[in-house]
Amino acid sequence: MSYFRAENLSLHFGGLKAVDAVSFAVEKGEILSIIGPNGAGKSSIFNLISRIYRPTSGRIFFEDQDITEQAPYDIARLGIARTFQNIELFENATVLSNLLVGRHRHSTTQLWQELLFLPSVRANEKVHRRRVEQVIEFLDLEPYRDKLISGLPYGVRKVIELARALCSEPKLILLDEPSSGLNVEETDDMSFWIRDMKSELGVTVLMVEHDMSLVNRVSDRVIALNYGRVLAMGSPAEVQQHPDVVAAYLGA
Amino acid sequence: MRFLFKTDYEDDIKLFPHSGYFVSYGILIALLLIAPYMLSSYLMSQLVFVCIYATVGVALLILTGFTGQASLGHAAFLAIGAYTAAYLQKYNVPFPVYFLAAGGLTGIIGAMVGFPALRLTGIYLVIATISFALIVEEILARWESVTNGNEGMRVKTLSLLGVTVPRDSPTFYYLCLAVLVLTIVGTLNLLRSPTGRAFVAIRDSETAARSMGVNVALYKVKSFAISAAITGFAGVLFAHKLSFISPEMFTLQLSIEFIIVILIGGTFSLHGAVLGAIFIVMIDPFLTYLKDDMPGIIAGIAATFGAGPATAGNIQSKVAAFASLNGLKGAIYGIIIVLFVLFEPLGLYGRWLKIKLFFQLFPLYKRATFKRQKIYVKSERNR
Repeated sequence: MSYFRAENLSLHFGGLKAVDAVSFAVEKGEILSIIGPNGAGKSSIFNLISRIYRPTSGRIFFEDQDITEQAPYDIARLGIARTFQNIELFENATVLSNLLVGRHRHSTTQLWQELLFLPSVRANEKVHRRRVEQVIEFLDLEPYRDKLISGLPYGVRKVIELARALCSEPKLILLDEPSSGLNVEETDDMSFWIRDMKSELGVTVLMVEHDMSLVNRVSDRVIALNYGRVLAMGSPAEVQQHPDVVAAYLGA
Repeated sequence: MRFLFKTDYEDDIKLFPHSGYFVSYGILIALLLIAPYMLSSYLMSQLVFVCIYATVGVALLILTGFTGQASLGHAAFLAIGAYTAAYLQKYNVPFPVYFLAAGGLTGIIGAMVGFPALRLTGIYLVIATISFALIVEEILARWESVTNGNEGMRVKTLSLLGVTVPRDSPTFYYLCLAVLVLTIVGTLNLLRSPTGRAFVAIRDSETAARSMGVNVALYKVKSFAISAAITGFAGVLFAHKLSFISPEMFTLQLSIEFIIVILIGGTFSLHGAVLGAIFIVMIDPFLTYLKDDMPGIIAGIAATFGAGPATAGNIQSKVAAFASLNGLKGAIYGIIIVLFVLFEPLGLYGRWLKIKLFFQLFPLYKRATFKRQKIYVKSERNR
């Protein structure tokens, strides 16, 4: 049994088949990239997994549990965190409180305890903070702790979004175009971090990416999509050689 | 300028980051405690209203400022609190019991409003809350067996632990102040714990909040309930302060006044609720003063510029007629809102922070420091 599995996943908007009977599996501790031209259905797959969309048909399994019918907020509680293609940070909050929201699935305190800020809440806050600091150190975000998101440059926001996802201590992380909008140097950093996430934190990574050099550097396996269908699956080199993939990108 | 060196995670959790806060808030509390012995009874009465309005302001900030759910229905929550108190008083229920009951009932009704409001955002939510307020107003006028209809209800003098507390006594003022301070402290506690952060997360991006494991629906309902409950508590004090309540006291205009409280005070900090409350309570006597004295002053000015007694009298009566126009107050409120939204969206507290920074950085302050930059447009696709 695979760690994460999508079976015959479909998403239809009326007659448009955004995702059409896609099946794939992710093994524990692997980095799997999804590539494909614009509109191929890559982000739709992510939105299906994180339950922003409801699949038209098909099932999703995580750790042998059927998560197709789970509520969106339960997905995070199971240990699946994600980032967004167009950064979705909490604009008018500081970096720290953004990252602490990432800890939300680990919060156990009740409302009345929080109103009184009992010692248990205080102790919990410190545990959360310690975890957040570990992530801050991992991603070199020390200079930004108390800054408001609305004043930060794009590249930093991208990293903060990754940090927020990591703060929830995910087992599986979904990265939606982690390098979009980043310069060469920042993309390099991102590729190191993605590999470190796998080797040091033991996180399984599912990634949508356009930058083929990043895909080649970090991926264990690659899936190529077009028009909502799987064109090819395999090692980065294999997929890039595949005639259907070449045709999809360059035209037949 | 003071530089804080943080050595412990505790430093980011503390309510008072450094000793200066103890000094300034200590002085403030001391002044508020001796106020009944220093100020005239009229100002004391105004101060009690400031406390009540500020309490409602804090409640509205939780919902609108921090959770991002606009509400024009808070007058209705205030009314429910006030009427619950007045009704239970008829059966000789002691103050602590009906105080808590009023807050609890209003909180439950707030949650019930929250459920249908889950699917609404922005202007539609405003319309829904206005409808709620209108429904409550109508119920208060029609449910005569409980609310006494348009005749209103008399509220008996508050009696706490066997001691009667008249509405203009220092004790009543201390009670209102205590409720305000407890509300503020509780809210600050909430804001520095997971629930408060979930509220802010919902305000800024529901999609991201959901994908971080925040049960958006649950937290929105919680926010409605907390906000309504606090407003219910304030309603009890409001009823006691007025000693008589009737449906026409809890109109849309009152809800708008509460929105003005937070809009003018500043929606990003609890300071805003207090500053806004001071503003809204003090503007009323100011407007009355203008209304009474403005015609005479203007006529006097006209006379000094050579207008004859007849012309001056004519001007005086015209200005007086204008000043007593119906709905002038509403128009002035509207102008104030527009001016603040245009020129000081951060409110009075934002202005205060700018003034403070000016002196801290003197002479290095730049005008562009607070220029808001919207650099990247967030995707609205997944809303």
